[in-house]
Amino acid sequence: MSETLIDIQNMTFKRDERVIYDNVSLSIPRGKVTAIMGPSGIGKTTLLRLIGGQLKPESGKILFDQQNIPTLSRHDLYETRKRMSMLFQSGALFSEMTVYDNIAFPIREHSKLSEALIEKMVLMKLEVVGLRGARNLYPSELSGGMARRAALARAIALDPELILYDEPFAGQDPISMGVIVRLIRALSDALGLTSVVVSHDVQEVMSIADYIYIIAEQKIIGQGTPEQIAKESSPLVKQFVQGEADGPVAFHYPAKPYRDELLGKGMMNV
Amino acid sequence: MFNLLIDKIQQLGHKTLSIVSGLGRASLFLLSALFHIPNPRKGFPLFIQQLYAVGVLSLIIIIVSGLFIGMVLALQGYTILVGYGAEASLGPMVALSLLRELGPVVTALLFAGRAGSALTAEIGLMKATEQLSSMEMMAVDPLRRVIVPRFWAGMISMPLLAAIFSAVGILGAYLVGVDWLGLDSGTFWSVMQSEVNFRGDVVNGIIKSGVFAFVITWIAVYKGYDCVPTSEGISRATTATVVESSLLVLGLDFVLTALMFAR
Repeated sequence: MSETLIDIQNMTFKRDERVIYDNVSLSIPRGKVTAIMGPSGIGKTTLLRLIGGQLKPESGKILFDQQNIPTLSRHDLYETRKRMSMLFQSGALFSEMTVYDNIAFPIREHSKLSEALIEKMVLMKLEVVGLRGARNLYPSELSGGMARRAALARAIALDPELILYDEPFAGQDPISMGVIVRLIRALSDALGLTSVVVSHDVQEVMSIADYIYIIAEQKIIGQGTPEQIAKESSPLVKQFVQGEADGPVAFHYPAKPYRDELLGKGMMNV
Repeated sequence: MFNLLIDKIQQLGHKTLSIVSGLGRASLFLLSALFHIPNPRKGFPLFIQQLYAVGVLSLIIIIVSGLFIGMVLALQGYTILVGYGAEASLGPMVALSLLRELGPVVTALLFAGRAGSALTAEIGLMKATEQLSSMEMMAVDPLRRVIVPRFWAGMISMPLLAAIFSAVGILGAYLVGVDWLGLDSGTFWSVMQSEVNFRGDVVNGIIKSGVFAFVITWIAVYKGYDCVPTSEGISRATTATVVESSLLVLGLDFVLTALMFAR
């Protein structure tokens, strides 16, 4: 068993004519928490979808346990997906099912276990995220934080090898945030799960990640352990980690000079 | 002037290409949804659930509309026929109008408004809230799990609804013609029985409603699956479902009528 679970090699991805990733290579070690950080709108979620095989890159390889995801047949891709799961930013719980049925869904789909056994499995997963009491609620009756936790319970229902977290901290109150941060770390430490966390919450990511990649301008601009990233001297990484408004990533959307726009070119002579 | 012309031609070409590619995507979507071996243990409960959502929940609007349309037909028909002393033909007139035309067509229009729009909105919402995507990531094919049961539920329930519509319409006509206007009940039924042909009228009506069911359900599920995953995209897709399927139903109705009934 190799140390690397996901190995992305020279991957280029375009959306229409816009280049999202330009010849990117990165590897995600087995059993560790790897974070992908970067400003919003640079395609972090896209990266997760590429790993999950929902999008296909223009060129390059995306190896999951030595299998190249983009070239897998439909059947093999679905078999591979049984080994991974994804926590969506919105939770993406099925709105017509209760919390219980949502978590039982992947188990019912992929196993022939008896309902009695499924019930025990679901209750265990719900206990982990503290929602055993909410099993009969519908997603519309849950708060944002509860929905995210229920979705996490569903993501771990089949004990996957890999969990992809899409912005797990976005829009969470401090308590939910703490719960999710601890869960991600605990799942990785206790079960040896490989986690990929996509986020722009610098503090939370620094606290749980084993290794961090920072993406901007279609490339990886910085990588390393949280300690290394904190000491990184490149201005782009510094700007991002310290949250400065202006820097290599400009605060202003490209525009005419402010003075010209307010006063007008012709006004200057008056 | 010349440039303007070139622009117009270019726009026309662009529009045509986008229509053709849309048709292609819709056809591929349908093929990949339908051509696979179903799993009855998982598929059947889902199908029944959708049969309820698509068919049973449309019953009220179909029955009420059928009743009133039958009653209006009888009333209008009677006032015209009585002028020729032909009021005994009220039964077949109502039955033929309903079985050949109004049953399939009006049911299809109501079905597009009630069930078609609901299908598009539901699937669109599932797409916008990433439910379809998360299903894919759980290695469950949303085409089979979400689209196929809804498609077959539409295909099965619409012809049944059309049959119910026609039956209730005939009952409505009976109420008006016999109970209110005083036609002889025996004449009403016996002339209807001798004039209505099973193969030519009833079966053709069923074929029509089958074709309409196919068109409406296909458009409805495809529009939902293909919509732009935002609130605006869903509302546009829902409107497009109702408009496009209604227009197609009316157009196809003419073609089918010409094929079936023109001498």
